[in-house]
Amino acid sequence: MGHHLTYEEAKKFAYYGLRLLAIVTVIEVIISLFGKGYLGWKEAYYLDWVHYICGGIIIILSLYKAYFIVFNFMHLGTETKTLIRTVLLPMTLLFFAIIAFIWEGAYWNNARSYILQQDQLPSERVVPDINQDPQAGQTKTLE
Amino acid sequence: MAEKLLAEVKEDHSMTEDWSGGKPPMKASFGKLMMWYFLVSDAFTFTGFLIAYGALRMSVPTWPVPDFVFQSFPGGFTGLPLIFVTVMSFVLIISSVTMVRAVQEGKRENRKGVVFWLGMTIIGGLTFLACQAYEWTNLIVVENMTVFENPFGTHTVDGVYLNEDGSDGEAFRAGDSYLVHKVNGEWDFKEFRITSGEDAGKIALTQLGPMTFGSLFFCITGFHGFHVSIGVFLLIVACVNAASGLYDRKKTQYETVEKIGLYWHFVDLVWVFVFLVFYLL
Repeated sequence: MGHHLTYEEAKKFAYYGLRLLAIVTVIEVIISLFGKGYLGWKEAYYLDWVHYICGGIIIILSLYKAYFIVFNFMHLGTETKTLIRTVLLPMTLLFFAIIAFIWEGAYWNNARSYILQQDQLPSERVVPDINQDPQAGQTKTLE
Repeated sequence: MAEKLLAEVKEDHSMTEDWSGGKPPMKASFGKLMMWYFLVSDAFTFTGFLIAYGALRMSVPTWPVPDFVFQSFPGGFTGLPLIFVTVMSFVLIISSVTMVRAVQEGKRENRKGVVFWLGMTIIGGLTFLACQAYEWTNLIVVENMTVFENPFGTHTVDGVYLNEDGSDGEAFRAGDSYLVHKVNGEWDFKEFRITSGEDAGKIALTQLGPMTFGSLFFCITGFHGFHVSIGVFLLIVACVNAASGLYDRKKTQYETVEKIGLYWHFVDLVWVFVFLVFYLL
């Protein structure tokens, strides 16, 4: 939808965008339902590798939708290179931040389950002889 | 007019001149540039939410399955996973395209076209808000989800539900979803016998799901819905102004429509990611 498009072309492009976004959305939903075992193959829900493949495809399709909206509907594609970089470079850093914090969240999960496991173990701790409580010490001498 | 300003800028390519004032830098008008900067800062806010979502979702052993949580449809239908949210997505995509049409008509200075397509966009925005109101009402009133309590859980072990007389009921596998109902205002946790892992044979009770699911869902979709509401308000203002002929008299003409269009597409863009993380993954 650049400046060079005529009105008729631009109009057609808008409806092309509508069809494209609708189709991509439907494909995403179908893949998601398949990955959750709703479309015939129920076992898919219990398999991790199905989740990773379906999730990966859905994320890529969503990023494509985002690219299409920003570059064509918001016509960032026809702005100057400086403006494109001003908008997109901070976003790439945030993209990294999301991945980093997902990583961190997985660590929290591991740490928590590790603590829960340790709590289950029987304790073999030896109580030291030194009694720092003076009153408790007195009762001991009385015995 | 925008074209005129652009022509003036094209004559002078030196960076210092561009930034010295009076001329729009980066060949975009000041208004559009500020809208872009606002959208970048708003994207930071939403990314902050997504960062919190990603970290908290990964920090708990299980997470409610969206296909199980969002399976209601207006009219009392249930068992339709993701169908209603797909309808919501379509509403937003269509309203985004009608906004594109409004901006195109604005470039042609076609007042009637702008008013018509802005009206269509307003209808789309209001429909989306109505859909969201239904979704929230269903979750809060029917399924008892709040910011602090989330009744949607996922089993971490295989097991068999126990009937009231102690006999075996329905069997389930690790990863299966369940919804804890409320009976007379109290949570009705179901008894089950574990049949897999180290604890096989023990009797356990279902528990509430991860609390952060409820708070994250209401915060993020609520913040997005708030943006949609603001967008609808701006669209109504632009629609009335366009109808009154204000933009025909203004020096910048229909650029306001274009700026609000940028904001509206951004709202659609945020929904792409909300849809991705809350409903699809």
